[in-house]
Amino acid sequence: MKNILEVKNLCTSFFTEEGEVKAVNGVSFSVPSGRTLGIVGESGSGKSITSLSILRLIQSPGKIKSGEILFDGKDLLQLSEKDMRKIRGNEISMIFQEPMTSLNPVFTIGEQISEVYQIHRNLSKREAKEKSIEMLKLVGIPSPEKRIDQYPHELSGGMRQRVMIAMALACNPKLLIADEPTTALDVTIQAQILRLIKELQEKLHMSVIFITHDLGVVAETCDYVAVMYCGKVVEFADVKTLFKNPQHPYTVGLLNSLPRHDIDQEELIAIKGNVPSPFEMPNGCAFAPRCPHASAICHTKEPELVPHLENNEIRCWIYSNEWDGNKEVDVNGGQRTINR
Amino acid sequence: MGKELLTVKNLKKYFPIKGGFLGRTVNHVKAVDDVSFTIYQGETVSIVGESGCGKSTTGRAILRLDEPTSGSIIFDGTDLLKLSKSEMRKKRKDMQIIFQDPFASLNPRQTVKSIIKEAMTIQNVHSKSDREKEVLQLLETVGIAKYQADRFPHEFSGGQRQRIGIARALSVQPKIIICDEAVSALDVSIQAQVLNLLKKLQREYNLTYLFISHDLGVVRHISDRIIVMYLGKIVEIGDKHSIFENPQHPYTKALLSSIPVPDPEKQRERIILKGDLPSPIHPPSGCRFHTRCPFATELCQTTEPELVHKNNMKTGHAAACHYIGKLNEKVAVTN
Repeated sequence: MKNILEVKNLCTSFFTEEGEVKAVNGVSFSVPSGRTLGIVGESGSGKSITSLSILRLIQSPGKIKSGEILFDGKDLLQLSEKDMRKIRGNEISMIFQEPMTSLNPVFTIGEQISEVYQIHRNLSKREAKEKSIEMLKLVGIPSPEKRIDQYPHELSGGMRQRVMIAMALACNPKLLIADEPTTALDVTIQAQILRLIKELQEKLHMSVIFITHDLGVVAETCDYVAVMYCGKVVEFADVKTLFKNPQHPYTVGLLNSLPRHDIDQEELIAIKGNVPSPFEMPNGCAFAPRCPHASAICHTKEPELVPHLENNEIRCWIYSNEWDGNKEVDVNGGQRTINR
Repeated sequence: MGKELLTVKNLKKYFPIKGGFLGRTVNHVKAVDDVSFTIYQGETVSIVGESGCGKSTTGRAILRLDEPTSGSIIFDGTDLLKLSKSEMRKKRKDMQIIFQDPFASLNPRQTVKSIIKEAMTIQNVHSKSDREKEVLQLLETVGIAKYQADRFPHEFSGGQRQRIGIARALSVQPKIIICDEAVSALDVSIQAQVLNLLKKLQREYNLTYLFISHDLGVVRHISDRIIVMYLGKIVEIGDKHSIFENPQHPYTKALLSSIPVPDPEKQRERIILKGDLPSPIHPPSGCRFHTRCPFATELCQTTEPELVHKNNMKTGHAAACHYIGKLNEKVAVTN
């Protein structure tokens, strides 16, 4: 299968007064054409900065330090700002978490969607308006002819997110980046929006990057998953493998911490401690101080992200020849599958 | 089941909307509209629902942080609404609240030690000389080390701040703690730590919790009984297993089926609700859910259903729907 996007060794840092914060520190992944990649992680794991880096939306004091972002074969980091503008909103679109802050409050939603067509497709005002109404109909907004003249504050949260999706999909992008698109919404509205994104993806043959902290959303919408911790991908797998047979102790910890509404659990197995401060990153593996299995090597040397089983890649010493801890370590409550 | 600790009867909280000429009250937001329930000593009762359903207002009204419009709140034998302001303040020793945002609910200019000590001083618990020792002990119970007691709130992470909020609530030895979205702002790994802590404290101090949350996973984990609210009304109430395994109200069913399950191999039937939440200023006539309910009939538009218990439900389980137990037949008809 062809990959629509390949991110290689991406490093994005913020240069603050207290020092450099390596928000994204060597991230690599690829998005197969027409599929959905989920990026999960807790606050501060670098998932949003990764997505902003892909569109080159990082502002000072942040900077993309190195890496390659290959979109359809061309490296986005090598493009001029002018060429980049032709890609944003046209070939790659993005929807954000907070639909109220990402819509302009002083323009009607019609004007805001039309703008996309006027800029990228050179349509006249009237044609653009017609197209916008079509788009609003597509995302399931009732009586779009009336809604088009309304302002964002006149719409509910779910409706605003639909408008954002209409705007993002106006030019039929090849890749949609959805950054926590349903986090601010209630579950019943979330279910509507998730279904809408899925339907439109099939209709328009898009690839999607879905950024979220909600493992339930990942399980339902994504084909592949990258789990991030402290600016790095620690596990990459197809969605079934990840949930059935998680390999990285952090992924296992996340799944154990999650209170489930569909089954009874006596006690949650929490991950001990806190995410380390970006100024005091531990030596070796960033997860070592919180990891129940960490041994000497974990505190001194950093593991690499290496292919492990058939469909996954893991950043953990346990699965390597150099592992110096308990050989019988039981990471996910099942059998440790060693690939040497 | 323990003895009745808190009984809420016909609680209403209307917020006035000012407007028009002279700024008169033109209308009301009916945030909580005739809600009744009982909480027994030592149990955890959760209120769930979407934004705007009145779950937080119910919690605040019980503590009279928002003065209720009408109704009665019997706590430990006294009607809270009959108390004067200063009597109510004394009563709050027995009833504490933990808020959602640990960044906003701690005074940034006070050290952790003085935040907790202040609560003890106001409610006059422990002798003056003992307070220092008690504060440190309490901090240790919630997992904050002694050497951190002189730090300010901004020096702590979100999870730790929530622990401080819990310590402050515990400091006056309350009987009931209202947790208003207490773990919603935390990452899952930290959320699990705080949930485990709350459970441990409940066992140790025989606490009663009123847990307000929109996260049904969290609610299933922590609750004994659950109240489901929609637009200011209780639509279903029952023990945890009744609500999750035998939900009767179509809203509860839809809510449960909307939550994504972290298991990609589980295929589920999903009821997707149409439309948005109606305005609580002009709630729909009859059953408030009828505008979004896939099973609504004419009866639902005109007559408001009562919370009732039917034979197919366990004791203590009740729902406010005209068609309890008949929804499955209705599904067959609509298909």
